[in-house]
Amino acid sequence: MTVRVLFFASLAEAAGTEAVEVAEPGAATVASLYERLAERFPGLKPLGAACLCAVNREFARADSPVRDGDEVAFFPPVSGG
Amino acid sequence: MVRLVREAIDLTSLRAALLRPEDGALVVFEGTVRDHARGRRVCALEYQAYEPMALKKLEEICDRARRDFDIREIAIVHRLGRLLPGQCSVAIMICAAHRAPAFEACRFAIDSLKKTVPIWKKEYYEDGACWIESGD
Repeated sequence: MTVRVLFFASLAEAAGTEAVEVAEPGAATVASLYERLAERFPGLKPLGAACLCAVNREFARADSPVRDGDEVAFFPPVSGG
Repeated sequence: MVRLVREAIDLTSLRAALLRPEDGALVVFEGTVRDHARGRRVCALEYQAYEPMALKKLEEICDRARRDFDIREIAIVHRLGRLLPGQCSVAIMICAAHRAPAFEACRFAIDSLKKTVPIWKKEYYEDGACWIESGD
């Protein structure tokens, strides 16, 4: 399956890119996807308080499932306003 | 009504689009770029958004405000890109029959925006820059 991954703000700078397509061999969660991304982009911070996630534009958790065609975004805590 | 814009926020047009004769109160909150933060002089701010999700979350805040407070209409406009001190980064406008729910809904909307809308700011100083993570 293929998912579109987006990075924002400091996460985009840490990854050195704003968007990548990732091919996953089997079933995936946000955490398993991020583990593979962290191997590819060593600058990424651990998933948790400093790195939030959204699947298909809704906040997600580490154990949220990721399915073929999903848009998965990783970003730091928000600071708009 | 929610919008993400890259030019100056036009409050006059927004007011004309929103206000109706049945309203008795119009409350506006403007967030503006402060020239200092964390003891450092701020030269500029740059705002970035996950735009489709930010619009969705802004709509959710408006829906919630209309449901939970006795207001008629709410608009939220956030500016993106590079802004200078004194410029307006976000505007919230609320129309209601009476002022109390308008003030309350406005406070709710800006507090929610700072917690749940995927927008980030980067502070530029005289000698560097830094992404800000989590609101104040």
